[in-house]
Amino acid sequence: MPPLDLSAEVTSNTPLSADYNVLALAAPAIAAAVSPGQFVMLKPAGGYDPLLRRPFSVFEVLRDARGAPKGISILNKRIGPTTDLVYAARPGQRIACLGPLGRPFTPIEPPGEAWLVAGGVGLAPFASLAETLGGRGVRTTLFYGARRAAELFYLDFFRHLGVELALTTEDGSAGERGRVVEPFERELAARPPTAPIMVYACGPERMLAATARAAARSGRPCQVSVERIMGCGLGGCYSCVVPMKDEHGAAHHVRSCLSGPVLPADRIVWD
Amino acid sequence: MDLSVRIGSLTLHNPLVAASGCFGYGVEYADVIDLASLGAVAVKGLFLAEREGHPAPRIVETPAGMLNAIGLQGIGVRRFVAEKLPELRARRATVIVNICGSTLDEYVELARILSDADGVGALELNISCPNIKEGGIQFGCSLNGTFDVVSAVRKVTTLPVMPKLTPNVTSVASFARAAEEAGADAVSLVNTFLAMAIDVETRRPKLSNIVGGLSGPAIRPIAVRMVYECHQAVKIPIVGMGGIADARDALEFMIAGAAAVQVGTASFVDPFIWSKLLDGIRDYMQRHRIERVADLVGTVDTTEQDKEWISS
Repeated sequence: MPPLDLSAEVTSNTPLSADYNVLALAAPAIAAAVSPGQFVMLKPAGGYDPLLRRPFSVFEVLRDARGAPKGISILNKRIGPTTDLVYAARPGQRIACLGPLGRPFTPIEPPGEAWLVAGGVGLAPFASLAETLGGRGVRTTLFYGARRAAELFYLDFFRHLGVELALTTEDGSAGERGRVVEPFERELAARPPTAPIMVYACGPERMLAATARAAARSGRPCQVSVERIMGCGLGGCYSCVVPMKDEHGAAHHVRSCLSGPVLPADRIVWD
Repeated sequence: MDLSVRIGSLTLHNPLVAASGCFGYGVEYADVIDLASLGAVAVKGLFLAEREGHPAPRIVETPAGMLNAIGLQGIGVRRFVAEKLPELRARRATVIVNICGSTLDEYVELARILSDADGVGALELNISCPNIKEGGIQFGCSLNGTFDVVSAVRKVTTLPVMPKLTPNVTSVASFARAAEEAGADAVSLVNTFLAMAIDVETRRPKLSNIVGGLSGPAIRPIAVRMVYECHQAVKIPIVGMGGIADARDALEFMIAGAAAVQVGTASFVDPFIWSKLLDGIRDYMQRHRIERVADLVGTVDTTEQDKEWISS
């Protein structure tokens, strides 16, 4: 489906911390079309500053009482001018929302298990993915790391879906102290190599690289959602490239807006 | 109402052209907008060979603009002809192919290949990319180089030839004149302004290439001035660009002297901008009772105004 550009009304804006919020947008046509892992390009203010849109993974698909898609939400972390505007958005305000864009995750079926590995705001694509997997009866585990306990969000949402949680914080204030890749790798090693597990990962680049390496060592397929600075989201500007190996092993710059943001981890050239 | 404009022997049914480097090979947008509704599509700069371009980060936002240093990543002319041109033809797009070489021979070879291909409307000679060392810009920064590359290509093609000029010179108009004397059918201007942005916390450049090209509304007044100067200097059509973000901006370029305009950065922000631009131009023509958009070109009125009231 070609992407739609909606002037989407902000229906709610829920602060989660001083840096994180969940922004809900009325965008029924995008909500009906989006698949887990896809993104939208948002421009929260008119004018030229900031000039460009910014890509955001779709966090939740919001539904009305009868279950019909009515909107989407965005998990936002303040890191610059656009994310500051998204943090400060008021209900009733309208935000230009282009989407859905990009290639989604490929969800698996039982008896395969899904292991989701999220770092910080990298949780963003996993709410809708966990819902889809839950609907298929796929046993799902979320390995979720953050700096501190107060930055682990939506835990009850995932618990409610029946997702098993393995939490880490850098300061040890919740879950295991350390990086999220550590329990992931340990659990992976504890399972027989024949157990069918699909790994899904989203987060900082080093976390993705470590997750990809651990998955490769255990022979598990791994889909990662990458984040790049994007100019257009449609393949026009060539700014969001990721170095990827082709079938002959030669590396090429691939546009993550068209070929991704979900990419096969074993093809990416990790630094 | 007649929106058509002429670029040499090529007629565009309206003056709006998707700018090279900002619209992929056009096919990326085939399901987003009707490619045939554009005056033309200028595809991403092509070398003979495939190129990977620079590592990310390749763009950074700046006040009312952006820097880019993509490094002319591209699939090479042969793959373009085989894989992209057929779809552009099927979508009835008018195609301007932007070509880039590191030697005169490369430009000539590219021109030959594209002259034999079916579905190419014109050649835009990229002699102005600020982001790579070995291609184009050495021609675009020398009057003789500009003259030589245009004449060499002119000899091997009957397609309209349009060098894309850099603003990173003292007098763009003299380069437009050199192009005209060498037989160019048109000139397009401006490419991006060489620029730089630094992260003060890390003291690292924000682009992997250190420097990049500035585009967007920030450059528009300078680009309008350069189009105006070139229009004074040459008789061939000028395709103007630089920060056009709405219909008034497009009209400003045409009044300054552009026969057609290219839009790049603004279509990143709004991929559906084209119909809005056309509506705005039509509305303006209606209000000003202009029948042919071509009649607007270069009509800026700089006659002496009665300014006595200022001093009195």
